[in-house]
Amino acid sequence: MGDEAKVILRTEGLTKHYGGVQALEDADFALKDGEHAAIVGDNGAGKSTFVRQITGVEQPTAGRIFFDGEEVSFKNPLEAREAGIETVFQNLALANDLDVPANIFLGREEVYFNLGPFSFLNEKKMLQMSEEGLQRTAVKIPNLRNTIGKMSGGQRQCVAISRSATFASKMIIMDEPTAALGVQETTQVENIIRNLKEQGVPLILVSHNLRQVFNLVDKIAVFRRGRIVGILNAKETDGNEIVSLITGVQTGVHENASYI
Amino acid sequence: MQATSDAAAAVAARGARRLPADASILVILIAIAALFEIIGWLIVGQSFLFNSKRLVIMVLQVSIIGIIAIGVTQVIITAGIDLSGGAVAALAAMVAASLAQASGTFSPFFPGILDLPVIVPVVAGIGIGLAAGWLNGTITALTGVPPFIPTLGMLVAARGLAVLYSEGQPIFGLTPGFTAIGQGAWPVVIFLGVALLFHILLKHTLYGRRTYAIGSNEEAARIAGINIPRHKMLVYTIAGGLSGLAGVVMCARATMGQPGMGLMYELDAISAAVIGGTSLFGGKGRISGTVIGVCILGVITSGFTFLRIDFYYQEIAKGMIIVAAVISDQYRQKRQGGR
Repeated sequence: MGDEAKVILRTEGLTKHYGGVQALEDADFALKDGEHAAIVGDNGAGKSTFVRQITGVEQPTAGRIFFDGEEVSFKNPLEAREAGIETVFQNLALANDLDVPANIFLGREEVYFNLGPFSFLNEKKMLQMSEEGLQRTAVKIPNLRNTIGKMSGGQRQCVAISRSATFASKMIIMDEPTAALGVQETTQVENIIRNLKEQGVPLILVSHNLRQVFNLVDKIAVFRRGRIVGILNAKETDGNEIVSLITGVQTGVHENASYI
Repeated sequence: MQATSDAAAAVAARGARRLPADASILVILIAIAALFEIIGWLIVGQSFLFNSKRLVIMVLQVSIIGIIAIGVTQVIITAGIDLSGGAVAALAAMVAASLAQASGTFSPFFPGILDLPVIVPVVAGIGIGLAAGWLNGTITALTGVPPFIPTLGMLVAARGLAVLYSEGQPIFGLTPGFTAIGQGAWPVVIFLGVALLFHILLKHTLYGRRTYAIGSNEEAARIAGINIPRHKMLVYTIAGGLSGLAGVVMCARATMGQPGMGLMYELDAISAAVIGGTSLFGGKGRISGTVIGVCILGVITSGFTFLRIDFYYQEIAKGMIIVAAVISDQYRQKRQGGR
């Protein structure tokens, strides 16, 4: 990777107000190609708000976003996705009544010939590409034609992640990818993330789990009350420093605090 | 979240061994028909099913409601509702009838334009339906009010407009070419043709994929880049167009247009969809189920008439079946969790 790697994502003074609420204030952030960064912070610190501005789910009140060398302002998630930002959302954003290929290809279906909304779907191709995508995540789903609603949390999460992995993208953002998962499923998702690191796909991981963050990423951005209060190299910091940044309390954090 | 996903996995294990959804509705249809058959032999002393005349009437009745029901099914799959079907059909019937009058009619509606080619009233009727559906869809998609409201407004307004259009008078004297649409097997052929077309549309095209996705998880569909207002407008417009088509077939079959036609058809259409397994929560439903659902309603209507049971009891029975169908849907949704 090295310091010469080009910057894939950069934000300058990114700000978001909801009415009078300042959810995100003046956020400057940069991610290099191949780099994995974590975003940590307390509930309501602005982590998800930050992600929503980058991914086009919402439009920032002020500030600039540069992606892959160009200034961008995404009007919707599809534009961000077309530019190469794949997102695994906290709420998974899966349609329970659709099967695995339908979910993976939702919004970018393969069709036989273009007849607008009446285009015929190329189910065969989508099924085959879904199988390939899931293979990359090393996750076994018995029957891809089952609807998502019938699957376990881990399987659903893996479908959501393989959706990002299937479409060779320039950057992946994961918002709390393991928040709803059991131990084994969490390990699976973490392996997928390591795999992406090896492939050199840059990634932003929003997480509450500091152990996971230290295990997986290169650098950690700490959010507090809508501001980035610190960006630290994962190898040069420890849980104590991160926690005191998260809480804003310099001392008195116990070594064995549950969230470390 | 963990608990619900575990529950979902458990249901999946059980669900794999269950019959496909349509099969169970088909069993209900056969059971109801068989019940009437047995009661028929015991009480009336004749067969219920093996009577071609009764079957033909039953199937014809079913066809017009069935066309509306197909439109309503796809609306309900988007987690919406269309209450205006019957009233829009009546309005379309009046407009079509007024443009389908033959020369020599006692009181022509438009004395200057008689004996028009069949295509004119047909297109006009469907066009009125499309316009009404477009208005339903536009209000629903752009204002975000629950679709119950604009389509309820359309139900009242379209019925009023149908009365206003002809000053409450029926329109007679339609050309034989036009009334032929409603005679013989034509209504059934049109119904089954529409059913097949929409089965393919919902199952194999982007249109269907988006319809299910919106009903299943509107937020996910939005994030995936589906233009939700535009798709909803399309779905409601098409539902309106089918109501218009139903109106055309209805007035051709009756050989006249009358503003009171198609009363309560919207409710029968919604019932047929729900009985056929379409979930009012959205995301689930199939045209084949709706076709069976509409047949169940037809068998009940025809069976009650066959047993000479008062019309009011028929309505009561239908009402109870609808409530039972929705309760069983809700029960299924709860077992699946995740909502």
